[in-house]
Amino acid sequence: MQQTMDQFQVGDQIRITKLELDGVMRRRLLDLGFVPGVIVTVFQKSPLGDPIAYQVFQTIIALRKEESSLIYGEKINEEVCIHE
Amino acid sequence: MNKRIALAGNPNTGKSTLFNLLTGLKQHTGNWPGKTVAHAEGELTTEKATYQIIDLPGTYSLYSNSEDEEVARNYIIFEKPALTLVVLDATSIERNLNLALQVMEMTSQVIVCINLIDEARRKGIEIDAKKMSEQLGVPVILLSAREKIGIIQLLKTIDNMMERKITTKPFQIAYSDEIEQKIKQLEPHIKKVFGDDLPTRWIALRLLDNDQSLFDELKSYLGQDKQTSIEKVIYSNKERSYGA
Amino acid sequence: MELNSSQKIAQLTDLYRQAATQSTTTLRDEIVGKIYQTSQELSEKSVNYDKRKTTWLDKNLDQILTSKTFGFPIMLLMLGIVIYLTIAGANYPGVAIANLFSVVEGWLTSLFEWMHAPDWLYGILIEGFYKGTSWVVTVMLPPMAIFFPMFALLENFGYLPRVAFNLDRFFKQSGAHGKQSLTMTMGFGCNAAAIMSSRIVESPRERMIAILTNNFVPCNGRWPTLILLAGLFMAAGFSGGMNTFISAGVVVGIVLFGIAMTLFVSWSLSKTLLRGVPSHYTLELPPYRKPKIWNTIIRATLDKSVFVLKRAVVVAAPASIITWILANINIGDTSILQHFVGFLDPFAQSLGLDGFILGAFILGFPANEIVLPILLMGYLATGSLVDVDSMNNIKDVFLAHGWTWLTALNMMLFSLLHYPCGTTMLNIWKETKSIKWTFAAFAIPTGIAIITTFIIAQVVRAFGLV
Ligand SMILES: Nc1nc2c(ncn2[C@@H]2O[C@H](COP(=O)(O)OP(=O)(O)OP(=O)(O)O)[C@@H](O)[C@H]2O)c(=O)[nH]1
Ligand SMILES: [Mg+2]
Repeated sequence: MQQTMDQFQVGDQIRITKLELDGVMRRRLLDLGFVPGVIVTVFQKSPLGDPIAYQVFQTIIALRKEESSLIYGEKINEEVCIHE
Repeated sequence: MNKRIALAGNPNTGKSTLFNLLTGLKQHTGNWPGKTVAHAEGELTTEKATYQIIDLPGTYSLYSNSEDEEVARNYIIFEKPALTLVVLDATSIERNLNLALQVMEMTSQVIVCINLIDEARRKGIEIDAKKMSEQLGVPVILLSAREKIGIIQLLKTIDNMMERKITTKPFQIAYSDEIEQKIKQLEPHIKKVFGDDLPTRWIALRLLDNDQSLFDELKSYLGQDKQTSIEKVIYSNKERSYGA
Repeated sequence: MELNSSQKIAQLTDLYRQAATQSTTTLRDEIVGKIYQTSQELSEKSVNYDKRKTTWLDKNLDQILTSKTFGFPIMLLMLGIVIYLTIAGANYPGVAIANLFSVVEGWLTSLFEWMHAPDWLYGILIEGFYKGTSWVVTVMLPPMAIFFPMFALLENFGYLPRVAFNLDRFFKQSGAHGKQSLTMTMGFGCNAAAIMSSRIVESPRERMIAILTNNFVPCNGRWPTLILLAGLFMAAGFSGGMNTFISAGVVVGIVLFGIAMTLFVSWSLSKTLLRGVPSHYTLELPPYRKPKIWNTIIRATLDKSVFVLKRAVVVAAPASIITWILANINIGDTSILQHFVGFLDPFAQSLGLDGFILGAFILGFPANEIVLPILLMGYLATGSLVDVDSMNNIKDVFLAHGWTWLTALNMMLFSLLHYPCGTTMLNIWKETKSIKWTFAAFAIPTGIAIITTFIIAQVVRAFGLV
């Protein structure tokens, strides 16, 4: 099921489906590895809940809700996880 | 004038640490991305020659999304250093190769330096430099700028590259047929304008991506005096050689 | 046939237009996706991961250091520990250096007597130049030599981005950039350098906010003032370890007040002069790395010591000489310094300070390090016969000039909040290239410093607390 990135729980593995952003920020997120099809892990929420840090291509990147709520993804189920 | 060597790479991969080691200078280093904001130059003397080393700001890509990226890109494209060292973080090769691939589209004079090899080993990451070098078509050197591992090999490779004893054949990404088609179509026209002065395939790709900032830079490059947006903090520096 | 440059530009423009029509919206996605895919394929072949070796710490440290429960307490604790160790550790070398300087002063005095040097020469060179610079070194060097290595260790460990991660929400609500907390932590070292580091904030609006508020973080030139006054006046009733503890608590409080002020001013600016919404933002949290402990300590200590000594000679020396001259040249029957101080005094008193203190802040504009030495020289040059051989006597000098805890508190606050030093102002101008904003960087903190100290002085006096 498709959700925005800020709605997942810490530890969830997510396959990115689409980015609803344009312009520089879209390109910057792409450069960071937030590319449709890529799998990212929700790494940690900051003490006040926002921003949230994601692990993407072996790097941890924190995004504010403003951005993460515009990135869509779907949670990968357990079997895929084990397979990974 | 001494030949120039540029240090490029993702943020926080140890470029400034390597720069300090090579030049004997004291650029600030710190474990957070974006530590280096001003561009620095220093000198490196090897057994064969003295080179000018330039510490570029760290970037995730060279697609002109920010000032830093433009500075780094312009330096590599327009200032044409004799050699570019792409510094990668051994603990996140997948991410870091990205930038190396981009640089290899821009110039063939590249050495890939896989830094932080000490950290990688601690974390159980094994990197086959020989295999990677075969794949990439450029020299790949494992090193630790902090623990001073692999430096001698790096210096030798630098000398050999400069003396053209090593020839490179940088790996080129193959894009989809559609994109490749369009590149093919544009390339000859670009060659007419720039000759062999600038990398035509790369420019074709950037034009297809509608890179306005690069377009502007190219225009001013063609116009009279080239301008660079680099703020130069040039450190005059005593030479320093590496014996051991 | 070779084209001329305007033909080339025309051709290039054509090509750009032509390429633009060929471009598709998903082209960038395709390019970047392809590059990542290639990176992945390439590294699969030549990189091998041994998952067993990833340590527990690598995976779980952030769950503690940025956790809901412990994130803030740990941050506060770190700040407290750093300040506590700085105060506790600076004491002994401070005393030792002070003793050394006074021994040398004795020799120099004998030397001058033996040479029958004129009084004014002795005054300028020993009471001005030598004392001024040696005070700067005595007061500055020990805390710096302890604070900076600790800070460098935290920096190299990778803790600073976590501070930014933890605090981001506050900065967002203030309309500021999350990386402002990185420039803020740089300010603990030196505001002038922090102004340069604000380039990591990309949006011009938010960078300006970061620049205008940076001086609310006490820099290395102000730490010693805060530490000294907290120890002498705020923790006066306590001795030994407890004194250090309370002093540290007070300094932490001052720092937190500075941070609150940073957020408040950022918020006000983004509602008024620098209106706008927060720009897009990403923050990388790099892996923790074990610093090379001894290397870092030695390097940071040496670098900072050299820095402090250089400052002492370059800035403190001329300032001390000028102060001595002002204190010793009379117009009518009082010195220029007295006239100056007397002129400032009524206003300064309304802020809970006195004319000497305000004068020291004004003469100390080139560098915050020299504010306290100038103040002491001013006091000593005007008749009070206290001999400042050791740090302990400093308090007597202050008391002889009518200091109370309110004076100390307001001097600390004024030091925290007032205009940036000369070097910082210069860097602000270089970065903003705007007289208007450089002036704002001067006026905003100064206004806040005056208002804050005024309110506190009036309230405290109204309630008869001093
Ligand atoms: N363990 C280890 N740490 C290293 C090595 N090289 C650099 N570091 C550390 O990595 C951190 C980043 O190093 P810098 O040299 O500042 O990195 P940079 O690439 O210049 O970073 P930016 O200027 O932000 O782009 C510092 O804390 C260094 O001490 C290495 O080979 N091994
Ligand atoms: Mg750097």
